[in-house]
Order: sequence, then C-alpha cells, then structure tokens
Amino acid sequence: MSHDMSEEKLPEPHGSHGEVADHGNPFADPGLPAHEPRRTDIDERAAKRAERQVSLMFVISMIATIGFIASYVGIDPDKIVYIFPLGHVSALNFALGLTLGVALFMIGAGAVHWARTLMSDVELPAERHPIEADDEVRADVINQFKTGAAESGFGRRKMIRNTLIGSMALVPLSGVVLLRDLGPLPEKKLQETGWKAATPVKPLQLLNMNTGQPMKAEDVVIGSLTFAMPEDLSTHDEDFQQRIAKDALMLVRIAPEDIKDEESKEKGFEGILAYSKICTHVGCPISLYEQQTHHALCPCHQSTFDLADGARVIFGPAGHPLPQLKITTDEKGFLVAKGDFDEPVGPSFWERAR
Amino acid sequence: MSSASSTTSGAAKPASTRAKPANKWEAAADWTDGRLGIYSLAKANLRKIFPDHWSFMLGEICLYSFIIIILTGVYLTLFFKPSMGEVIYNGSYVPLKGISMSEAYASTLDISFEVRGGLLIRQIHHWAALVFVAAMLVHMMRVFFTGAFRKPREVNWVFGFLLLVLGMFDGFFGYSLPDDLLSGTGIRFMEGAILAVPLVGTYMQMFLYGGEFPGHDIIPRFFTIHVLLVPGIMLGLLVAHLILVFYHKHTQWAGPGKTEKNVVGMPLMPVYMAKAGGFFFLVFGLIAAISAIASINPIWAYGPYRPDQVSTDAQPDWYMGFSEGLIRVMPGWEISLWGHTLNLGVFVPLMIFPLVLVAIAVYPFIEGWITGDKREHHILDRPRNAPVRTALGAAWISLYLVLLIGGGNDLFATHLHLSINSITYFVRVGFFVVPVITFIVTKRWCLGLQRRDKEKVLHGRETGVIKRLPHGEFVEVHAQLPQKDLFKLTAHEQVQPVELPAQTDENGVARKAGVLTRTRAKLSRGFYGEGAQIPKPTAEEHHEITSGHGHH
Repeated sequence: MSHDMSEEKLPEPHGSHGEVADHGNPFADPGLPAHEPRRTDIDERAAKRAERQVSLMFVISMIATIGFIASYVGIDPDKIVYIFPLGHVSALNFALGLTLGVALFMIGAGAVHWARTLMSDVELPAERHPIEADDEVRADVINQFKTGAAESGFGRRKMIRNTLIGSMALVPLSGVVLLRDLGPLPEKKLQETGWKAATPVKPLQLLNMNTGQPMKAEDVVIGSLTFAMPEDLSTHDEDFQQRIAKDALMLVRIAPEDIKDEESKEKGFEGILAYSKICTHVGCPISLYEQQTHHALCPCHQSTFDLADGARVIFGPAGHPLPQLKITTDEKGFLVAKGDFDEPVGPSFWERAR
Repeated sequence: MSSASSTTSGAAKPASTRAKPANKWEAAADWTDGRLGIYSLAKANLRKIFPDHWSFMLGEICLYSFIIIILTGVYLTLFFKPSMGEVIYNGSYVPLKGISMSEAYASTLDISFEVRGGLLIRQIHHWAALVFVAAMLVHMMRVFFTGAFRKPREVNWVFGFLLLVLGMFDGFFGYSLPDDLLSGTGIRFMEGAILAVPLVGTYMQMFLYGGEFPGHDIIPRFFTIHVLLVPGIMLGLLVAHLILVFYHKHTQWAGPGKTEKNVVGMPLMPVYMAKAGGFFFLVFGLIAAISAIASINPIWAYGPYRPDQVSTDAQPDWYMGFSEGLIRVMPGWEISLWGHTLNLGVFVPLMIFPLVLVAIAVYPFIEGWITGDKREHHILDRPRNAPVRTALGAAWISLYLVLLIGGGNDLFATHLHLSINSITYFVRVGFFVVPVITFIVTKRWCLGLQRRDKEKVLHGRETGVIKRLPHGEFVEVHAQLPQKDLFKLTAHEQVQPVELPAQTDENGVARKAGVLTRTRAKLSRGFYGEGAQIPKPTAEEHHEITSGHGHH
C-alpha cells in the first residue's frame, strides 16, 4: 500500500511534468484537474457556429418527418425498386425507414452536439454516502419492528400464527387446481398415431403427399424419396396439423440386397421402406436424403440415420432409430399399412417403453 | 401546512406558508409539489452527478431498445391476430395466394404487405430485440470485467441478469408468434425439449400446448406471455434496476480527485438529459435506418408452418444460439429401463443451459465470499488488475462462443466448406478445452499488462530520445509519468489471500478447519496469491529508482 510509507522526503521527480502535490508519496492523488475550456467556451463565434449546427440538425429532422408523411401518402405499398447494393426492396419500407431514421437520429445528434459544445463540461464532485444505515437508525428500526411484532402478538398467540400460515399455504392451491384444464392428460396419446385406424381387415392406403393419390409399388423407384400420409387424412381437416405431426411418412426404395437390417426388410415391401418422417431427437421433419449412401439427415440438428440399416443413428444428437411402419399392398396393388407403428414416433419421453 | 393568519377582519383565507410563485410555471410546480412532493425528489436528482465513460452507455442502449420494443410492439398488437384458426390467404403477396394458413401467419403477412409502414415497424421491433439482448450481454460483461457488481450492487446485478434471461425468452416467444415455417420449428423443438423432462415432461407438454403438438392454443398462449406476462415482470425489474442505479450512484474509474467517497462527473440537468435523451433518438434512428435497409425474418419467404415441412439452415435468433449449440453437439444418449426412457441427449443440454447462465449470475456472491470483503466499492477495477476474474469471464465468453459455433454448425459447414461432423466433434472437445485455454491465456495476459504498468510507474515512459553517454553507450531517455498517471496506475488495491486460521487453538488443541474454510483459503490463494497478481510498485521502489540516476 502506498499510504503506509515513511515521511522521508523523496527528491523531486526528474520528469518534465513533475508537479507533485504530496512530497512524501509519489503516488498521491493530485486532486481534480483544473477545467480546460473548450473553444466554444472562450470564442463566441465558435459558440454561435455550434448553435447553428445544432439547429440545422433539428431542422433536418423536421424535413425528414415531412418526408415520412409524404412517403406514407405518396408511395404505393406494392412498389418494388432496385437500390444498389440492397437489390430489389419495397420502396415504401425503404423511404419510411430512412426518413424516420433521419428524423430521430438528427434529434439525438443535435442534442448530443448541444451538450458537448454549449453546455458546461465542468466536472463536479458529489459526495457519496454509505448505503447502510448507521447503528442508531438500525437500533431504532429493530426496536420499532419488535414493538410492532409484540403488539400484534404474532409470536405469542401461536394458534393465530399457525392457522394463518396454514390458510396462506393452502389458498394458492386454488390457483394450481385452476390450471388443470390447460390441457388433457397424456394417457396414450403420444404412444399411437393416426395409422392405428389401419387393421388387417381394413388397411389404410398410403397417399402421396404431393399428389394426394394412392401409390403402387412401381410408382416408387429405387433411389427415390417420397412423402406420404394416411388416406383418411386431408389437408383441410381441422386436426390436420396435429395428425401430420405424427403420421408423416418418408418412403424410400432400396435394392433389397442393399438392406442390411433383416427386420427392416421384413417390414418393407419389395425394398420399399416406410419410416416416420419425424426425427426422434426433437421432432423436426427429416427431409434431406442422400441417395447413394441411404443416409437421411435432419436439417435442424443434423441427426443422420442409415435408412438401409433400420434407420440406425449414425451421427448427431438423436437417441434412437426412426420407427418403421410395416407396409404391404392391397388387392389392387396399392401400398397400404395394416396397423400402427410398433413404437411411438417423434421425440422420446418418460413413459416411452423400449 | 397552512397557518391560520390573522383573526382580524373579513375573508381571511387559509394561507400557504410558501412564498408567492414568480410565474405560472412555478405556480404549476408548486401545485404539483403540494400533491406529489416533487421538490424533495428533484432536490437529490435534478443535478445528480454522473461520471462519463463510453462503456456506461451500454446500459442506456438496453433501456432505449426496450422502450423501442414496447412502442413498436403495441403498434403490432393492433393488427396481429394471435389465432391458429385456419384461413385461406387472399392478400397481395401472390406466391402464397390460396394457401391455407393460420390467422396468426396471415395477419403477419398483412402487417408486412397491407399495412403501410407495418413492415417497417415489424422490422424495427425485431431488430430492436436483437440489439436489446446483445446490449444486455455486453453491458453485463462491462459490469463483470470492471467489478462493478461488488457491494453494494450485487442485487442489481441479479436484477440485470433476470432481465437478460427474460429478454432472451421473450424474444423466443415473440419470434414464435408469426407461425411461419421457421418459428413453428422452434415451437416443435420446445415440445421435444419439454418431453425430455423425466416424470412430468408429457404432462407439461399437454398442459402448455393444450393437447398434442401443435394444437390450437400455443400461439394465443405465447401471445399473452409475450406481450403481457414477461414484459410486465421486465418493466418492474427495469424500474427497480434504474432506481438502484440512482440510489447507489454510478461507479467511476480511478483517476485524480476520484475516491470511494465521491462521484465525479457532470449533472443530470442539463448535460445528461441532453446526452442520454439524445442517445435514445440516436439508437432509435439507427435501428429505424437498419430496418429500412436490412430485411429481418422475412416470414413470407418461409411459408406457413406445417409439422411435416422444414427449411434447411433453420436457426434460432442469435441469443438462443448457444442453447442450440448444446442441443446439436450433445451425443444422443438415451437410457431405457423398466418401461421408461430418459432422454439424456436432450435433457442434459436442457439442464446445462440454465447452468451456463446461472454460473455468471452467482459470480458476485462467490467472489464476495472468497475475498470476505464487506466494504462498498465504487471505483472500478481495470480488468488487468483482477486477473482471475477477468480470465473466468473470458473463459465464460469463450464457452458461449464455442456453443454458438455448435449452434450454427450447418452454416459454418456450408459457408466455410468444412465437414459438419468435424465441426461437431470440435465443439464437443472445445466445450471442455477452449475455456481452460482461454483462462490460462487471459490470466497471463493480465499479468503481463500489470508488469507493464509497474514498469511504466517505476521507469517512466519511453521518450524516443536517444542519448549517447560519454563512454559511448546509447541509452533511451525515460520520462517520469505525470502525477495523475502515477496515481491512476497505482490506485488499485491488491487483495491479499485469506489465511487459514491456526490449526491449533490457544491451548494447543487441534482445531481442524472445515471443508468450506479450506476451500475458501485455497480459492483465495488461487485468486490473489502468488502468481495471480504482480505486486504493485511501492513508494520505496519508486524512490530507489528515481533518486539514483535520474533515468534508467
């Protein structure tokens, strides 16, 4: 510490700026430096110039606001203009934004310039006071509190205290109970999909997502990727969003000899494999397919599945393979499913078995 | 208040003791003061002194962007319809004509194409949100690295931290509202994250979404949370934050005339009213100009949300990027036992996410415990003079940046032509290694800067003048620093590590220090012991050198 040094006199420092306040301590606080006047403080013409500059900025702001109103009234909202280097942009948005920006910015620039050139820049010290109260105040407050507490009898009348605590603890329960109807209980909802309506007696056709038509095996060529949904679903259905979030299928056809997983081959039809399109990580639809390697990649978090190997996870954060729907064909040769997935689709959850 | 005047004649009005106001403005002020007590309030604050430094403006940017967000947000609510009811779009944006979409998405399209200036306000709202969170993070870093969080400001640090977290989440809720393909993907991610919570995950998901994903409730619910619940809490915290800033008075840098007992600067009125008030318009003007020239979140280009569709390069807004990084690089571990699944691949990132944030939130209390310092601190530390704190902060930032790289691994891969797998593996290792390296490098850097300061204090600055001595040797003339610089460079105090209490008491009976005491002593040595700071020059050292040969 520099303060506990001896009183011995140090020689004058040799530097050119050696103005030493405290001869005993070379590191002593020299105190607030004297104010150095700005040009505008001593030259009235400079001050006048600054005044004009500030006013000019405010005037520019006014003009810009008029420009804003004029653009709002005058420019067709659909008009697109080419502005280098932005490209084709909405003329109205561009004009409104720039005029509003200038109108606001110039008020700020004017105010700051005014403060910096014309208002006093003399630095002043203000005293700080400790945040904590002194002991007298502290003792007084504690005493008041004790008096208040004693007068309430809160500590003495234990029955009042305990019943009050009890009632205060219970009353928020009403609020909690009211939250019950926020949503239904999970029950088996996440365990099954819309494909559960398919039975061996009444199978569900797989509709091509693009055409809305059922597909025959020969429509799905080797190397292709097709998205499909159950025939009892239509994009105009009230619950379409909710159902497609679980029912969406991804159909690939892989030469049977390339399919490494026997169980997977079994569930498919002549090399056509129907996987859930919903990623088992957090539920993004998987949509990138690498034909040669049979890898499917989720664009959200890059989980990568080997569709030739039972959709095994080969990279990324997904925890388990994509569920596969067992498919076959009906008597007319259309691809159908005769039952639901045999495990839940989408992200895993606590009650998910397997 | 009023003193009954004379009992003499006529209509004796109950008079006020106050002197007659000089003009009608004073009269109006008197009227207000008589009801609201504004004079006492203004007495302490009208000429309140604020110190000047560029880094003190960062907090202002947060405040102003928050105000901009509120103003533009209120405007947007006049047109936005928070409904998931399906409609067929028939507006002026031709590519989406005839497509069925939610009312939320359709009304966002209308704001963008039908309402004149609607697109501008939407873009200002979104840009201001990005600036808001960025400014809060940088402001927080400023407070961290200068030690401005020390007593008496720890509670205000926590308020600020809560504002940051709430700001991040409100941003997430906000960009989820348009129900476009990108934002819907974010809501889907949230579903998966909630489902990963053991025991109660499925219940939480059902209750939040009002049923299975996506249901029809999530957008209206997010809307209420986004425009009422979170901003309401934030407004309260913000007011408390500002009251505390006024109450504590601002911190200041060490310098001539500045002490722990004063604050040196310029008065609120007029200088800071003009500067700070003007700065609001500067920030607003710049954000408006950015919104004129730079498009943000062009939801019409993404299309309406469909759970079976997604775009590539799906990215959250930047402030959620680090959590995105956690979720992308975590290996997909899943434990299936007794008919239950524990999805560690999602649950672990979900738990680390708050830990990353809380680590920085609790730091002031940890440092306060280690130093045992109970005094108030109003003079800021230069980051170099607190090497371990600075190194910890830098390590935290490096972790954040590594995770941002992880969150944008697809963009880094496509733009820099790197393998996405390599980037992911790098982030997995970097998550553990990079903060350690950053810590070591930063600490050494700080120590180097401390040595340089010491050198300058003791030997003066290099003048560039070369002098030839009689015997032919060339030396460079060093000039003593001016007093104000000597003071500034030696003003910081150096904390000494706490000592373990004696292992035996006065009677010679062994008294083992508890685990906490020992940990604290150990940490204290690490923070302030040998090798963690360079002893600052003493007056004796200075005397020895300056008294000898003049220069050296």
